Formats: sequence, structure tokens, C-alpha cells
Amino acid sequence: MGLEQKLGDMGVVTTSLEKAVGWARSNALWPMLFGLACCAIEMMSTQAPRYDLSRFGMELMRASPRQADLMIVAGRVSRKMAPVLRNLYDQMPDPKWVIAMGDCASCGGVFNNYAVVQGVDEIVPVDVYVAGCPPRPETLIDGIIKLHEKIKSEPLKKWQ
Amino acid sequence: MSDQTELTQSYITALGDAVSEVVVFRDEVTLIVPKARVVEVLTHLRDAQKFEMLSDETCVDYYPREPRFGMIYQLTSLSRGMKVRVKAMLSEYDATLPSVVGVYRNANWLEREIYDLMGIVFEGHPDLRRIMMPLDWQGHPLRKEVPVTVEENAFSFNRERIDAGKPFAQE
Repeated sequence: MGLEQKLGDMGVVTTSLEKAVGWARSNALWPMLFGLACCAIEMMSTQAPRYDLSRFGMELMRASPRQADLMIVAGRVSRKMAPVLRNLYDQMPDPKWVIAMGDCASCGGVFNNYAVVQGVDEIVPVDVYVAGCPPRPETLIDGIIKLHEKIKSEPLKKWQ
Repeated sequence: MSDQTELTQSYITALGDAVSEVVVFRDEVTLIVPKARVVEVLTHLRDAQKFEMLSDETCVDYYPREPRFGMIYQLTSLSRGMKVRVKAMLSEYDATLPSVVGVYRNANWLEREIYDLMGIVFEGHPDLRRIMMPLDWQGHPLRKEVPVTVEENAFSFNRERIDAGKPFAQE
């Protein structure tokens, strides 16, 4: 296709296995189709043609946790929803990552009350927090790129 | 509205001593009823006064006051195009009253909600379980003794204190 013709014969590329795996994982993340509140609208818009999440290899929102490796918690998590969310997280195969999208998922946001979990990090380990109420698609994409960097630098042994 | 005055008078004559007080505020009529006679009053309003619909059933916590809880029934008459409110005051120490599921069947879930959030016990309710909160929840969160916030508000100087008390999830 284009690249090889420009570079000529690429021959052999050497790299460490860790880097190769990190590169492969980071560029084929499959997020789970999981929206809880208004942040989900921004998440849908991130997916839609204008912002086009498929540029980052994640055009498929998987409707089943067993096919997903990224959970974007988009919205406030009520205490009654918390066990469901943890259950979905446990059903995702390793390796897996979590983005807490928006203020409510990050720290409870404006819902500092009995009904809402004060930050989804009480239930699942969070990799990237995205601020905003709700965050614009650019902000979410920035969070996703941050996660890509994190995945690329993760040691292989972490998921043993 | 003279209509309203006439009606108010008709409630009083028909219900007699079942209504302890009638309050009219901006054309809204509220009948204050002792809690033992709520079922009787609602049955009368449904059958004789054509209030076919229970629009809402709810409860108010007037905390420092005693009696503390106000049970409120909002009735609507579709055929007459009118509304009336029935109110019964409950003591904090005896927060029970007869269920009105036998009069209006949609009171079933409304009473479960009031039981869940306010802790009012409805005698004769067919299925008095929690409806909003998880089934193992302790307490009744809309009561005024429940604190409004569960976590200290975060500022730059108390971040560490909040993090220390927070149950972070493990893998």
C-alpha cells in the first residue's frame, strides 16, 4: 500500500515484545456500550462521524462485556447500580481498563448525597479521569489518548 | 371562586367530624383529616364526589414540629375537572396509618416509595417492601435526620483527608 512504497523495502524491524504488545493493545481498544447518564450523549457524539472514534481503532462499542477491554463509565453511578457495574467489570476479560468520564463518575460531582457513589473508583480501579460536566468529545478523546500512552508504557507482567 | 366555597361547604356537611379542618389557599382546598379516618374520607370522595384518580400520594417531614409527618393525598376528578388535597398528620413515635390500596389501587407503589424513603408503615398494605433503595439499605434517606451530604466537600486543603477515608476499589 502507501507506506512500504515510500520507505522501500522495510526488511526487519526490531523492537521489544513489550512495546509491540503495548502498541497493539492501545490501538485496538474496544469500549463497552455502557452509558449511565448525560455523559453517554457526549460519548455517542464522540463515536459519531464528526469526532469519529474509529480514528483510534475503537469504532466498535461492544454490547457484551466479554468482548470489551475498556469500560467508559459515562455518568453518575447510583448505589443500586454499583453492584451491576462491578459485575460487568468482573465479566470483562483481562487486560482491561476503566475511564471515569465526567465529574460524577470521577468524584460524585454535584450529587453529593446518599443515592450516588462518590466516584466510581470506590467500585472499580480507574485508569484515567476525564473532567467536565459533561466533558466535550475532545476532552474524552484526550483522555483516551492519555490511556493509550499509559497502555503503551505498561509492563507485560502486569496482566499475568 | 364561589364554586370553591360551595364545594368546601359540601365537603364539611357530607363528611361531618371526619374533617377536622378545611384550609383554602389560592383556590386550593386541603382537608385535614385524623389518620384513622383517611380511608373513610377517600372512599367518600371517590364514590360520592367523583374523585376517580389518586394523582399523588406523598409525605412531608416537618422535623422539629410534632406531629412530625404530613401524609398528603392529591385527588383529581376527571369528570368534574377538580382537585382536592387530603392531609393527615402523623406523630414521629407512631408513624403508621391504614393503607389506601383498597380505595385507589395505584397507591400500592406510592406507599412503598413513602415507606422506603420516609419510613411510614402502612397497615394492611399487600406488599410493603423497599422500591427505590437497595433491599438491604439501612434507614430512610428522606427523613430530615439523614445528613444531606455523604462526603465532605472537596477543597484544595482537605483532599488528603477525603482520600484517606474513601474506600478505593482493588483489582
